[in-house]
Amino acid sequence: MGSNEYVVRTKGLIKEFTMGEETLRALNGVDLDIRRGEYISIMGPSGSGKSTLFNAIGGLDKPTSGSVFINDVDMAQLDAAELAYLRCHTIGYIFQSYNLIPVMTALENVVLPTIFAGMPTDDGIERGIEMLNKVGLGHRLHHRPTELSGGQQQRVAIARSLANRPSIVLADEPTGNLDLKTGTEIIELLRELNRNEGVTIISATHDYKMVDVSDRVVWIRDGRIAKIEERADIDLKIGEMNVNE
Amino acid sequence: MSDQPIEQPQNVPGKVQKQVSLRFAKAWEITIKSIKIRLGRSLITAAGIALGIAFYSSVRAAGLFPSTAIGPEAIAAGHRQQWLAVMALMVCFVGIMNSMLMSVTERFKEIGTMKCLGALNRDIVMLFFLEAMMMGLTASFTGWLVGWLIVVVIHIFTGGFQPSFIAGSVMEMLLSTGIGVAITLMAAIPPAVRAAQMPPAIALRSSI
Repeated sequence: MGSNEYVVRTKGLIKEFTMGEETLRALNGVDLDIRRGEYISIMGPSGSGKSTLFNAIGGLDKPTSGSVFINDVDMAQLDAAELAYLRCHTIGYIFQSYNLIPVMTALENVVLPTIFAGMPTDDGIERGIEMLNKVGLGHRLHHRPTELSGGQQQRVAIARSLANRPSIVLADEPTGNLDLKTGTEIIELLRELNRNEGVTIISATHDYKMVDVSDRVVWIRDGRIAKIEERADIDLKIGEMNVNE
Repeated sequence: MSDQPIEQPQNVPGKVQKQVSLRFAKAWEITIKSIKIRLGRSLITAAGIALGIAFYSSVRAAGLFPSTAIGPEAIAAGHRQQWLAVMALMVCFVGIMNSMLMSVTERFKEIGTMKCLGALNRDIVMLFFLEAMMMGLTASFTGWLVGWLIVVVIHIFTGGFQPSFIAGSVMEMLLSTGIGVAITLMAAIPPAVRAAQMPPAIALRSSI
């Protein structure tokens, strides 16, 4: 596979925010290579820079310096239309607060990205129903987000993120607003989709339940990668970590 | 299907296609849906526009009737009429600005979400342009009609109605509707453009 082995690579990623007269460095030189088909968790306390990293990888915000490569394409070199194409076809997004369009039904929400992709209406609806069935919401197609529970809304968001068959799904605190049981279900669903669809899942989280299913865990602290653990190492330490929490 | 690696054109290293713009028919469909679903909210916004224009058009329509006063009194009445029209225009300007600004800024998050799903900046501007256009047109026309009818009815009852009044009204209709649409677009488009140009992360963070 060669260089195509890595679906996402970041080099010397720096992001600064200006707050009044102070400059805050949220990311301080992050180099990260993410393999195709991997389930990777970016862990760290709030304020550690994981959401900033999420936004940079997803092309939702421009880094101050450094580069992000998606499938070996330097994101900084893309114009607005190419970036939009990438967001539409290559990356799916899942957010802590679901970010569903409140006035649309579950199905309409899932079909929306297929509209932006220029898919014919019938195909889009078919795809939407297929995805909602896959996340176990086949019986809630025409419900609005307000008529759904948090876990169900996040399932709709997951279905939506996969509508255009992206190669990467980015999840920012996907279980942050959910209770323990629902959170576990969402994590398991993501893992299942990762295995069955081959989609790379990158999840920014501070939910330790994520560690169990991740192939790798990247620990972020003060805008830097503190350590990267492979699954094999994590299994040994999981008990210890729960104590620390 | 399940264990087959995902092979898509965009996975070719070094190449990304350009996103195509939303087709007009689709944008129209989304706009209609968006207005219909938010019917309550849309009606309030539309009422804001219609009331402003109704006020303006009634003042203008009243000015179409020849004053019964003569001499210096007529001049004073004319000035008062002009002053009222300017005031009415200002009131409707602020009213429309307020309702439209609110209805766009409360949807910044939605705009950010749509960009994450692959919308181009011009798709978003088109959606808001169509919505503002539709709201502006219907509401301004309704507003003009209401204001005009009130004046006509009053004059019929007070016996001062003349058929020649109708002729002058066509211009007034175009003027009132035009002003209403212009203010609506002026209020809706700049914030929509601003939100569309924001990096999605910032549009998503914004809350009101």
